[in-house]
Amino acid sequence: MSTEPTIFERSSPGRTGISWPQPDIPERPPADYLGGENLRADPPRRMPELSQVDVIRHFTRLSTVNYGVDTGFYPLGSCTMKYSPKINEEIAALPGLSRLHPYQDERVSQGMLRLLYDMQVFLAEIAGMDAVTLQPAAGAQGEFTALMLFKRHYERVGEGHRRIVIVPDSSHGTNPATAARCGYEIQKVPSGPDGLVDVSALSGELSRDVAAVMLTNPNTLGLFETRAAEISQMVHDVGAFLYCDGANMNAVLGIHRPGDAGFDAMHFNLHKTFSAPHGSGGPGSGPVAVKSFLEPYLPVPTVGFEGGRYFLNYDRLESIGRVHSFYGNIGVIVKAYAYILNLGSDGLKSVSENAVLNANYLLKRIATAYDVPYGERCMHEFVASAVQQKAHGVKALDIAKRLIDYGFHPPTIYFPLIVAEALMIEPTETESVETLDAFADAMLAIAEEARSDPETVRSAPHTAPVSRLDEAAAARKLELRWGGTGD
Amino acid sequence: MQYIPNTDAGRSRMLDSIGVSDISELFQQVPRSLVLNRPLDIPGPLSEMELRRYADDLSGQSANLDTCASFLGAGIYDHYIPSTVAAVIGRSEFYTSYTPYQPEISQGNLQAIFEFQTLICQLTGMEVANASMYDGATALAEAALMASSITGRSEWVVSNCIHPAYRETMRTYAWASGNKLVDAGRSGITTNLAELSRYITRETACLAIQHPNFFGALESLREAEALAHEAGALFIVCFDPISLGLLKPPGEFNADICVAEGQPLGIPPGFGGPLLGLFACKKEYVRQMPGRLVGATTDSAGRRGYALTLQTREQHIRRERATSNICTNEALNALAAAVYLCTLGKQGLREVADLCLQKAHYAAQAISELSGYELPFNAPFFKEFVVKSPKPVAEINEKLLNRKIVGGLDLGRFYPDLAGHMLLCATERRTRAEIHALVEGLAE
Repeated sequence: MSTEPTIFERSSPGRTGISWPQPDIPERPPADYLGGENLRADPPRRMPELSQVDVIRHFTRLSTVNYGVDTGFYPLGSCTMKYSPKINEEIAALPGLSRLHPYQDERVSQGMLRLLYDMQVFLAEIAGMDAVTLQPAAGAQGEFTALMLFKRHYERVGEGHRRIVIVPDSSHGTNPATAARCGYEIQKVPSGPDGLVDVSALSGELSRDVAAVMLTNPNTLGLFETRAAEISQMVHDVGAFLYCDGANMNAVLGIHRPGDAGFDAMHFNLHKTFSAPHGSGGPGSGPVAVKSFLEPYLPVPTVGFEGGRYFLNYDRLESIGRVHSFYGNIGVIVKAYAYILNLGSDGLKSVSENAVLNANYLLKRIATAYDVPYGERCMHEFVASAVQQKAHGVKALDIAKRLIDYGFHPPTIYFPLIVAEALMIEPTETESVETLDAFADAMLAIAEEARSDPETVRSAPHTAPVSRLDEAAAARKLELRWGGTGD
Repeated sequence: MQYIPNTDAGRSRMLDSIGVSDISELFQQVPRSLVLNRPLDIPGPLSEMELRRYADDLSGQSANLDTCASFLGAGIYDHYIPSTVAAVIGRSEFYTSYTPYQPEISQGNLQAIFEFQTLICQLTGMEVANASMYDGATALAEAALMASSITGRSEWVVSNCIHPAYRETMRTYAWASGNKLVDAGRSGITTNLAELSRYITRETACLAIQHPNFFGALESLREAEALAHEAGALFIVCFDPISLGLLKPPGEFNADICVAEGQPLGIPPGFGGPLLGLFACKKEYVRQMPGRLVGATTDSAGRRGYALTLQTREQHIRRERATSNICTNEALNALAAAVYLCTLGKQGLREVADLCLQKAHYAAQAISELSGYELPFNAPFFKEFVVKSPKPVAEINEKLLNRKIVGGLDLGRFYPDLAGHMLLCATERRTRAEIHALVEGLAE
């Protein structure tokens, strides 16, 4: 299709897409109530005027140039782009679960409070932890919340001088960004040749100045940190905390619990592991699970249960305070809750088994044409490298774009930073072997093209609605809204 | 299993191809001592049909805003959601995709965000808007952090008439980041700028004010703006997007940053989430802005297209030096807000704002005529107002609930000096009959 004009270009004076009821009460001019000096001269000057048909056609056409998991295979590493069950969408839209006011009387909110209470319990069990806050709105906010719990604890015990947070060089960008926002200095530790945290290097960095070590497990190379328990011991020996970034929990549901390995706190990404859809970039949900000694510091309120009644517990004197306007991204939590009940313990374990099976199957096939620098086995994802292809002038970026022509969403590229020309591939358990084969065939075909016809790969995509976009120009000549930024 | 296409036969073929005989061999990386040796203690599995029945039952255990007439606002509002919103955000090409890092395959989402950014600029009179923050509270906290990074100062002076939960969130963020929150300056239900001015110093990074404020009342933004800028601090305004159908926007008050809770723009109350943080600022500060931005550009054939831009501000590039740690945001709710604003258009937005204004004033007038009730404050208000009641608010609300009416917020919960006062809200959804039922219930 040709490029869709902006909605503003469809505007025509006098159109509207809504009909409001006729007034059923006597009315007065707004200036009588608000004072003329407070009124805007005109309704929002350039806001568009459109019929419903204009609005629906425009956004429907836009949806046709957008690729979702429902469109096809979406192996975006570390994002767990699994199928989002439709029943969960239906349930989250039920009036008694979506049309509730957060300040309505708890006595007439018992169904919702029960759901939230249960969810705290389920997530604590899955994590191997003791208590949970559902408040963080995304994984990054979960990390922030957890680091604040640590910080509060250190203040309480007179160790507020701890100023360092250690992150591996393979960590998600949110980890150092979060630690910085909490006022910590960041110390990076290298990964060893096996792709795992270099334990001796870590040991050398540990001291009484360290507040926490943040690990992702399985890590962003798709490898399980086999020495997690030993690391936990070392970290605790200097009085620091061990944090688990739970972005990759889809690999270990019902098989391994971070709490059992000695992690003190972790966050979940309900939109990844527990099938809530990613919504073009959000909303997500990032609940934090902690060991009991951190429980007093959890954000207010938590959900309690006493005397047969569920309630919002604000009576928490040592809490760090709030991190959200209300109680978190409830709609996302409802979907994850439905997913957990739908699957049960065996179902969750089967999710991880099949996610790991699919990833290893794909790894085996792709390794025939691409380097996979860290091993023959992986957990739920693996990181291939396009260094062989780069010899022919074809970069990871080019391969990603060429995959679009083959009908697939590209994998995560250039991450983790420790792999040159990284292609980080996470198939998830909801893909069939036929889909995996089709993707592997495409990857192999592209590898062949890289040798025989590199220009076709370098100039991809050829079948998308637009060809490669000039992102440098976008940053140089900022146009961040229609009508220019200068007016 | 319904979401896992692998069959037993397929699994064995895959295992053969990998060269192992059992799935458990693939988990050998996990040390035996770290493997859970029992099932998880969680309920289920429930079939889809059983799950639906269970959820229906759970849903039935709460009162909801379809079966009750709500006069409760305080940050979450019962506005009508036009049918176009669900039709668009229900397109799974949108709701099952993720952050548009690969623009060629995400033009729909990117263009929609670009239009959302534009709409928020048009609404607020600001120059730049981002692709969303989590909610109103964190948008405000991020605005203050941004002000600190721009000014190099560490004190955040905030009006005590800002939503209490927003101030609590700011306090948490201030503590964690080594900044200081000064929360002061209220007389009655409006900001006391004279008092606030005593806290504004050369260390003040920002002055934040809400308009209409938590109590629904209008503030004196001109004076507040002068106060902030005279001290070299940034001026942050927290607004209600619906009110901007009528009210002068923050951009006309020379706001440096403005933020809002976007839930009124087509997002269900949802027991308080997911929400939509709106965030806009002056163009000169765009490089210090948190969150994602979409920019227009061209493709290699010269066609117009859209891509994420200024990503060097963001955590996945800049890591510990990023302007914020935010990654996943509230994109789908931003899309909902874009559809909402496009559906209403400029006239529709003005009309809905006017309907709220009229209904709220009609209700306030009717209540003020009841014996024992009074409107003790006379600041102009938009859709929310404060009523002094003759009985404890909890008692009144319990009786209202029997009439399927959700009453106002008990202000004593957040402001001890306002015990016995309730904060009521009337949106366009409230009918004359419902307002009369409220008045009858209050008179009981």
